[in-house]
Amino acid sequence: MKHVVIIVILVVACTFLIHTGLTNIGLLPVEASAQSVEIDRLFGIHIWLVSALFSLIMVVLLYSLIVFRRKKGETGDGAYITGNTTLEVLWTAIPLLAVIVLAYIGGKSLGIIRLIDPSALQVKVISGQWFWRYQYPDYGVTTTNLYLPVGRQVKLEMTSNDVLHSFWVPEFRVKQDLVPGRTTELRITPTLIGDYKVRCAELCGASHAYMEGLVKVVSQGDFDKWISDQQSAAPMDPVLRGQQLSQQLGCINCHSVDGSEKTGPTWLQLYQSEVELSDGSSVVADDNYLKTSIVNSNLQVLKGYPANVMPNFADLLDQTEVESLVAYIKTLK
Amino acid sequence: MRKFFSIGLVRGLIWQMVGTALGIGILTGIRLLIGLPVWKAESAFVFGALLGAIFFLYGVGVLDDWIKVASGKEIPEHIEKSTLGWRRYFGVSLDHKVIGIQYLTLALVLMAVGGTFALIFRSELTETGMQFLTLMEYNTLMSLHGMVMIVGILIGIAAFMNYLVPMLIGARDMAFPRLNAFAFWLAVPAGIILLSSMALGGFDTGWTGYPPLSARAPIGMQMFFLGVSLAGFSTILGSLNIIVTVIRLRAPGMIPFRMPIFIWASIATSIISLTATQLIGLSFQMVMFQRLFGMGFFDPGKGGNPILFQHLFWFYSHPAVYVFVLPGLGLISEMLPVFARKPLFGYKWVAISSIAIALIGFLVWGHHMFASGMAEYLRVPFMYSTLLVAVPTGVKFFSWLGTLWRGKITYETPMLFLLAGIVVFLFGGLTGPPNATVSTDLHLTDTYFIVGHFHDTMFGGYVFPFFAGIYYWFPKMTGRRLNEKLGKLQFWLMAPAFIVLSLVMMKVGMLGMRRRIADYDPALQFVDENQIMTIAAFLIALGVLIFFINVYWSIQKGDVATGNIWNSRSPEWQVPSPMPVHNYKIPFVVVGEPYDYGLPGSVYVKFQEDPLHGTSK
Repeated sequence: MKHVVIIVILVVACTFLIHTGLTNIGLLPVEASAQSVEIDRLFGIHIWLVSALFSLIMVVLLYSLIVFRRKKGETGDGAYITGNTTLEVLWTAIPLLAVIVLAYIGGKSLGIIRLIDPSALQVKVISGQWFWRYQYPDYGVTTTNLYLPVGRQVKLEMTSNDVLHSFWVPEFRVKQDLVPGRTTELRITPTLIGDYKVRCAELCGASHAYMEGLVKVVSQGDFDKWISDQQSAAPMDPVLRGQQLSQQLGCINCHSVDGSEKTGPTWLQLYQSEVELSDGSSVVADDNYLKTSIVNSNLQVLKGYPANVMPNFADLLDQTEVESLVAYIKTLK
Repeated sequence: MRKFFSIGLVRGLIWQMVGTALGIGILTGIRLLIGLPVWKAESAFVFGALLGAIFFLYGVGVLDDWIKVASGKEIPEHIEKSTLGWRRYFGVSLDHKVIGIQYLTLALVLMAVGGTFALIFRSELTETGMQFLTLMEYNTLMSLHGMVMIVGILIGIAAFMNYLVPMLIGARDMAFPRLNAFAFWLAVPAGIILLSSMALGGFDTGWTGYPPLSARAPIGMQMFFLGVSLAGFSTILGSLNIIVTVIRLRAPGMIPFRMPIFIWASIATSIISLTATQLIGLSFQMVMFQRLFGMGFFDPGKGGNPILFQHLFWFYSHPAVYVFVLPGLGLISEMLPVFARKPLFGYKWVAISSIAIALIGFLVWGHHMFASGMAEYLRVPFMYSTLLVAVPTGVKFFSWLGTLWRGKITYETPMLFLLAGIVVFLFGGLTGPPNATVSTDLHLTDTYFIVGHFHDTMFGGYVFPFFAGIYYWFPKMTGRRLNEKLGKLQFWLMAPAFIVLSLVMMKVGMLGMRRRIADYDPALQFVDENQIMTIAAFLIALGVLIFFINVYWSIQKGDVATGNIWNSRSPEWQVPSPMPVHNYKIPFVVVGEPYDYGLPGSVYVKFQEDPLHGTSK
């Protein structure tokens, strides 16, 4: 009985000590989204659990190791105890109940961080080796840095150009992979104005470590101003607009404009030239061909270039944007 | 020179080189004949490597008996030659103890290689910016560290199961000795092919090999896939052998609930290996075929689905972590009663908990994919099933505490490593639930937190029990003890350094350090933490180096220990060390419970004559 009293006191003391330690050494980044507050609440429960279970097992373990060590001159074996069914049932049933409760709490928590706000700001996210691009369809803005108004939920509709990537801003807590060929969704409600970084969290090749991008959470007023700046900065001239898009979308990563050899065919002197397709036939690269190749790149692949490399931009570009790109390609003579 | 070429391993390696060259030649020849462009490096190397592995098996001589049987020749009953000395460990032997030690040696070699990779890229991370590695070199080393360690662990487990299972159940050997040798020798070319990926451009995908990235990585990727597939095949055959051996060859009186607890763990592990390994082989082969034959299984451009790969991959690779830890936890339960001088608390519960962990382990793979983009509703059932694993794992911890309670505990080196195993596995266990509840996992997944958590489970569930087992059974293998002073030095270097390493890993992970990055943002201010981790990693390596010195020294000069030095009830300690060929000269009968320490006058097994002072010789 004496053993049990000492152990109970030690376990309780250690639990509080460890809990105080864990909550004070700064284990989590600042909370910058509504989701992070909920997630940190669940982390709080986990920290209590870890403190209590760690104390329970370590105290009993260390206590046994010290008190029940073989003393000098002692011989013979320990007490002949083969088990205790009541204890076994208890330490099976109680954890079973505990994990079910924990899973229930976890389910609730998942529900809260996935709450949908129908008026959420829509942003399309396009990722690739190794860049982030964002489009605001409501405003016709395309950019390389993500601007978000504080206090309003944003719905990120995300896809990848090439391999898997993952959108993670540690201060927002939540994370979602970007998968080529499909759209994944992430909802975040920023709550704290400031500069953050999105860091790709899914290994995506050599430069994975450097696939980071600026995320700015700004006031609604600053956001509106930024949007209108972007809109007025977007050139009205289709050629200039197309040139800007080709940089923002990353087209020129694969298609050179000076005739040099890259993953895809160069755009220089492409317009109205006769091109040979992978099936052996030839077509003239007219307006129609260029438009089709942008929105459905695998339909007519040039001979000598791999298929299934370029993503389909059908969902990402509207009609005027496609025409702007074509207008720009036409000028490259 | 002739003597040198009579060594099986040497012949195998020469044949493997010949086979590889021949394979490359044949494939190129066929392409020439049917009018394709002659040189296609990827197909040539894959076919060459595959043929090389088959030639290795022929060269080493492990196929000889089967070839004779297939051609209608008689094969004599195998007689083990014990006169070959150390050289028999480098050629085909059918003795399960020799194969066990062969496995053990290969495991130690592979893990030393994998550990060295870790030291190299850990040094690179000491400062921000790239110091001495390129990004691709970093990714290759990091990826290979993962898979070489995993193969090393699987082989280390095979070592213990091969060496111990027949001995503990009183069998003369494994049920299928030739298959046993085949499984071991298959692992050798598998390891070579896996490491050859470094020479063929490396690969940058991590050990998970997710497509589409793995579909575009250099040719090294294919060597990785092929090496792992062959190693997996070896594991499947090995686990089949263990299951049959335990079912068919137990000593009289050894009913299931009187089997040593390590046998239960071996069965649980083997069930997983036998039935799940196919899935990782399948998923890797599908990517191989996607690359070689243009089959777009995971290629979205052809209607394939990259997430399907993750399901197939994790269906094995999550249960695989239980393959890694169950034998280690079994070793803890097996040895703890000896050093506590008390019965294993709740033997039946511990036995069943191993099986329960193995079975629940099949239902939890989706927790690796909470952020992957799989169907969203699936996240909730996987959260429940994942948390369930905590219940049988908890039973093990409580049973260990119950075993120590009111014991008479002594602290020899094996016991120290057992305790390190328990404590470190506790860290791993307690940091599991935050990865199981979806919303917290969305923060933690793909960060250093996972790296820390995973290394805790591996060191606690495998590395420390593995060292405990080596210190414990080394006298049985060699007739000499490992040096206690060096053993304790190794322990005090490794255990504290590892605990620091894993805790710092988890801390920086929570604060925003992603896993698998070759460089980190200076703005995160993680330099101090990374320096601590690097120093800790080198301390662990120093501990392992001392272990190798200890083995080298003790084999020649260690204290002679032929008797029951641990005062164990287990049958193998009732006969003199080292164990003779075909184990027990006089068979034993099980007459009591395995762990009844403290019950005066009881024994576990009974020989017809007293073999320690036997009259039958």
